[in-house]
Amino acid sequence: MSTDTTATVPTEAPAAEAPPAPPAKVVFDVQDLDVYYGAFRAVRDVSLQVHQHEITAFIGPSGCGKSTVLRCFDRMNDLIEGARVEGRILYHGVDLYDPRVDPVEVRKRIGMVFQKPNPFPKSIYDNIAFGPRLAGMKDDLDDRVEKALRQAALWDEVKDRLKKSAMGLSGGQQQRLCIARAIAVQPEVVLMDEPCSALDPIATARIEDLMQEIKSEYTILIVTHNMQQAARVSDRTAFFTTEVNPESDTRTGLLVEYDSTDKIFSAPSDERTENYVTGRFG
Amino acid sequence: MASPPVDELTAPRVVPGGDGSALLGSGSSRRGDSLFRWVALLAGLVVLAVLALIAWSTTKEAWPVFREEGLSFVTSDTWIPAEGKYGALAFIYGTILSSLIALVLAVPVSLGIALYANEAAPRRLRKPVVYVMDLLAAIPSVVYGLWGVLVLAPAIQPVYRSISDAVGDVPVLGWLFNGTSGRSFMTAGIILAVMITPIITSLSREVIATVPPAQREAAYGMGATRWEMIRSAVLPWSRGGIVGAVMLGLGRAMGETIAVALVIGSQAQITAHLFEPGDSMAAVIVNQFGEAAGTHRAALIGLGVVLFVVTIVVNVSARSIVGRFDRRMRGA
Repeated sequence: MSTDTTATVPTEAPAAEAPPAPPAKVVFDVQDLDVYYGAFRAVRDVSLQVHQHEITAFIGPSGCGKSTVLRCFDRMNDLIEGARVEGRILYHGVDLYDPRVDPVEVRKRIGMVFQKPNPFPKSIYDNIAFGPRLAGMKDDLDDRVEKALRQAALWDEVKDRLKKSAMGLSGGQQQRLCIARAIAVQPEVVLMDEPCSALDPIATARIEDLMQEIKSEYTILIVTHNMQQAARVSDRTAFFTTEVNPESDTRTGLLVEYDSTDKIFSAPSDERTENYVTGRFG
Repeated sequence: MASPPVDELTAPRVVPGGDGSALLGSGSSRRGDSLFRWVALLAGLVVLAVLALIAWSTTKEAWPVFREEGLSFVTSDTWIPAEGKYGALAFIYGTILSSLIALVLAVPVSLGIALYANEAAPRRLRKPVVYVMDLLAAIPSVVYGLWGVLVLAPAIQPVYRSISDAVGDVPVLGWLFNGTSGRSFMTAGIILAVMITPIITSLSREVIATVPPAQREAAYGMGATRWEMIRSAVLPWSRGGIVGAVMLGLGRAMGETIAVALVIGSQAQITAHLFEPGDSMAAVIVNQFGEAAGTHRAALIGLGVVLFVVTIVVNVSARSIVGRFDRRMRGA
């Protein structure tokens, strides 16, 4: 198992460590989160803290609720009829599910990249300019588009065809375009829901490099099916699993363990985590 | 499945036709496919044949008037059968004007209803809205016509008068909203708008329902409001289909006969005054065909040919515009 992630992860150890690396700021503080679809509890008892300028990975088997939890961070679950949450997700101290919070404002600060690349059937330029235009950032639009495309390592490939349709790009290029579209409004957080599951290994490697590049400016949460990917890119990892509800034959997801990625993959404290990361999934 | 005896497992497996000869195929099992292909081809040819037959026979019937009038059949607006003068321009104008009014009124309303039913209405209201719209499409056009001439025309006349009084001095508006006739281009346009709203609504609603959820999520994920999501994800994606729906509505409006004949006023004239009576191709055909003979009859059939051509031209040009745009933006 590759464990070559950087060792700059501030651990839960006392703050009196010798090198005065300040503990990273907490962006999200999730407290006892439950997610329901109607009467069905899809995920229960999630508590974790997401730190600034880190990559946090959610891993676990299918149906464990990792995507459902991710979609709570930008209130995308609001779009699903009957979805509701209990518990709190504090974003810099403000509960995202406070009735006074406008989900549209949330999504302007917290961008999302989806499982399948979903560019609009518009030009490459208009795709990137979409967010800035919505946000009223009309000046220097050309510069914003160029910067976002450069950050997403796509500029050199598309700079001569900005007016051409984004649908003509390859799958990997489309996904980098979607990342560029998400970061063009300079959000604080980028959520990625299995961003590489539709891509080949080379395109996947480019996205992973890209995540490392932009990590210094953004806080990234990524859901992935691919354990190696979590081990390669993330600073912290949350392992989710499912349990069968005996009376209704449904499955509810739950958070098993959340720790630094090194620890999760080398010395997990829960047996279920160990079984999963060593491939002996039970 | 019962497990085979051991010696069967270890024996070399014999694949029937394992030398590849089976791939060369006898073809006997493909009869269904070829039958289907011929039936489909036949059905396609029947459509073209019917279209060609209609075009050929109506043109033949109308030939005397085309020969006599030549191009002036469509460039002159003098239509006096008693004097043998057949210029159809006023009818062409009436057809196009009343259909345009209908589109201007019906398209925003139809899109509004379609978007409401698909995007905004509470779930339990969606079905009833759709059901009522579809019911509207089932009302026979003569009922719309009678309602137009008996109820709408007398009721709307005072409205026309007060509008034309109010805007009489305004440059363009005073010129357009002029006249006081209850039976007029405008009334015909209103009735046509009511008639084509259900078809435009129901077709655009179906197109809007095919917008991939990923497109909606992409827009919402960027912090779009519902309206911004509709404008940036739903409408661009369904633009081609919506234009198709509008074209079908326009086709129905241009071809509508009895309802227009009842409310347009049956007075051939070319005027920008929307509140004045006019006439349309389909309406004049139904009004005069019973008593027409000889060249007059040929002239009325000639109107049918012109209507046919105008409809085809409008349809083909709209589709090619949309097609070119969609191809460019959907890439590949």
